[in-house]
Amino acid sequence: MVLTGAEIVIRCLQEEKVEYVFGYPGGAVLYIYDALFQQEQVRHILVRHEQAAVHAADGFARSTQKVGVALVTSGPGATNAVTGIATAFCDSIPMVIISGQVPTAAIGQDAFQEVDTVGITRPCVKHNFLVRDVRDIATTIKKAFYLAQTGRPGPVLVDIPKDITFAKCEFEYPQDISMRSYNPVVKGHQGQIKKAVQLLLEAKRPMIYTGGGVILADAADRLTKLTRLLGYPITNTLMGLGAYPASDRQYLGMPGMHGTYEANMSMHYSDVLLAVGARFDDRVIGDPANFAEEPRKIIHVDIDPSSISKRVKVDVPIVGDVKDVLDEMIRQLEAGEARPNPDALAAWWKQIEDWRSRKCMEYRNSDTIIKPQFVIQKLWEVTGGDAIVTSDVGQHQMWAAQYYRFDKPRRWLNSGGLGTMGVGMPYAMGAQLAHPGKQVACVTGEASIQMNIQELSTCKQFRLPIKICNLNNRYLGMVRQWQQLFHGQRYSESYMDSLPDFAKLAESYGHVGIRVDKPADVEGALREAFTTHKNDLVFLDFQVDQTENVYPMVQGGKGLTEMILSAEDL
Amino acid sequence: MRHVISLLIENEAGALSRVSGLFSARGYNIESLTVAPTEDASMSRMTIVTTGSDEIIEQITKQLNKLVEVVKVVDISEAAHIERELMLIKLRATGKDREEIKRTADIFRARIIDVTDTSYVIELTGNQSKLDAFIGAIDTGLILETVRSGVCGIGRGDRVLKL
Ligand SMILES: Cc1cc2nc3c(=O)[nH]c(=O)nc-3n(C[C@H](O)[C@H](O)[C@H](O)COP(=O)(O)OP(=O)(O)OC[C@H]3O[C@@H](n4cnc5c(N)ncnc54)[C@H](O)[C@@H]3O)c2cc1C
Ligand SMILES: Cc1ncc(C[n+]2csc(CCOP(=O)(O)OP(=O)(O)O)c2C)c(N)n1
Ligand SMILES: [Mg+2]
Repeated sequence: MVLTGAEIVIRCLQEEKVEYVFGYPGGAVLYIYDALFQQEQVRHILVRHEQAAVHAADGFARSTQKVGVALVTSGPGATNAVTGIATAFCDSIPMVIISGQVPTAAIGQDAFQEVDTVGITRPCVKHNFLVRDVRDIATTIKKAFYLAQTGRPGPVLVDIPKDITFAKCEFEYPQDISMRSYNPVVKGHQGQIKKAVQLLLEAKRPMIYTGGGVILADAADRLTKLTRLLGYPITNTLMGLGAYPASDRQYLGMPGMHGTYEANMSMHYSDVLLAVGARFDDRVIGDPANFAEEPRKIIHVDIDPSSISKRVKVDVPIVGDVKDVLDEMIRQLEAGEARPNPDALAAWWKQIEDWRSRKCMEYRNSDTIIKPQFVIQKLWEVTGGDAIVTSDVGQHQMWAAQYYRFDKPRRWLNSGGLGTMGVGMPYAMGAQLAHPGKQVACVTGEASIQMNIQELSTCKQFRLPIKICNLNNRYLGMVRQWQQLFHGQRYSESYMDSLPDFAKLAESYGHVGIRVDKPADVEGALREAFTTHKNDLVFLDFQVDQTENVYPMVQGGKGLTEMILSAEDL
Repeated sequence: MRHVISLLIENEAGALSRVSGLFSARGYNIESLTVAPTEDASMSRMTIVTTGSDEIIEQITKQLNKLVEVVKVVDISEAAHIERELMLIKLRATGKDREEIKRTADIFRARIIDVTDTSYVIELTGNQSKLDAFIGAIDTGLILETVRSGVCGIGRGDRVLKL
């Protein structure tokens, strides 16, 4: 069948079973929008800013394991998308971004709305393409979807000049794709896995440290099985929350900068550390030299060889997909006779319980002023611990991560690697579209929410009943905390004046707004939002303690044992 | 430590900038980089001379391998290999200097490939140190310009970098 380039683009998306495209039209993509208009299978979500289109597609992907798709025009459309693309890249999220480009003949002429999109995005995509011939569209899009979701996932951008979208050719969608230059390893090396299992069984102070890779691989069930089989303690990074049930006794909480005392001490003093789909990020291991002071053997499972021995030297590298490698580990364990040493393990758990008894997550609640931690605990109660929770970036993000106990994967969506303020609402939009019946809460701050506040309009248009929980501390709280602790309490530009009345603002967009001032009203307001207003978007504006800080804390660049547990430690 | 990394890469527009962009974004050194298509025109071969600790070189190889268009990467300096570089050098050649330059060129097995009343262009291939030595042997005042290709490298014997 002979089709135009634009029709081919849409046919490819149909072939890939794409349900939603998040986007914003403009001159260079008019033909694509025209083709979109003339079909019903692929639905388009019109956002109010291209950054939000990419974030929403990213949130859709994070909550489903499917590829998120965004569509933007050339020039400013593409540059607006860059923050979204970089955010997805830093957290290895599978996405395809289609951008319009000026006509082929105009490229390089400083044409209207021309930017070198492929050049600008090159460092923040897994791969990108400029399509130069209508006959290449189908294979290029096929490749883009294939690259996005295989190996270490990531965003792939396809830049399509306008003339290519109205040129015609015969359409045929390739069934398979193979690229001689791209062959990600899936199966882990048998010998290495054997060595790892041996080491794990001989361990006296074992620790399991897992991250976003387990979520991306959809391997939470395997991880849980292996961890229970061994009876070892486990910690999940900020990107890995929900991969192991947080309410289970073997779970020690998150590691790192705002991780728990018990998780960090167990990481530090372990003699065998099993790292799975986690990349020893600087927010986790702030000071590799300090970490190396304690002797331990490290096993590292990752699909990307470059994640292994990058910041922390590894003893047993295993390149492969988490799912396959964990399956093989479980198989070997179950097939063998050997079991962990019960005496050593009992002594290790005794030590861990001792660390745990410091109760580092306790905070002083108040009758008069709303504590942000309290809001999250109530949110957990009211939603039965099973909502999809998105967050923005700042203190509220850390409190959500610490106090909403995620028992299942793909319930926690946040920007870990790039730390992009403004992702919260678009992530919630993507997640709500993917899961229409589910409770979706966006935990945010009064600064972050304003970075994409315009999306309240999109939420109205597409009737997305997300619940926005604004922990309003009238501060760039995370910045204020650092200034208080490390910059002599000089609060340079971290106070925000002239905030809007968020409840009224939400109302003006046609939503429900509720302002909450007293601790006693927190639970009631949340219940009202999730029951009475089940089908509405509710903006809950919680006036929280302005001076609350996130603890525990390991200062940037410091060792895991140098923790500030509470304000008393200062 | 100095390393010579050879790689095969799809001969696509922008492939070179992916490689050079990787080096600048991650702060790796490039001493030289050469690239040209191979006998199979769909593929190019690059030789990159870089320096760094073992850990950095390990990351460089891994990061290069991660580029979607890179087909194969080998650190050829890990074993016996040959390096060659081409230099064209233009010298002021008048009076007594003409004979002297010719003698030096002969010693280095260089060839004079362009002659005017006042200048020579000399062509010389060899490893980096041979080219450096030649420059060292010439009176700097006579050098009008030099152009060097950067290093090309290949493994000795059975070691073959092929698809
Ligand atoms: C304000 C702020 C504070 C933060 N504080 C903390 C903190 O206290 N603690 C914390 O943990 N983080 C914290 N972070 C997040 C931190 O910056 C990193 O994003 C996070 O630690 C990285 O998580 P990860 O190691 O799980 O790796 P990810 O970024 O999730 O990477 C996943 C890894 O798994 C691999 N992988 C992917 N798919 C597969 C597969 N199928 N099979 C095998 N491997 C696979 C990838 O190659 C990669 O190496 C904070 C972020 C912000 C913004
Ligand atoms: C786009 C962007 N700009 C700046 C920052 C730096 N930053 C990190 S947290 C933060 C403050 C966030 O304030 P708010 O959303 O109110 O959250 P709080 O910390 O008060 O809970 C800032 C400015 C960032 N992460 N992202
Ligand atoms: Mg704030």
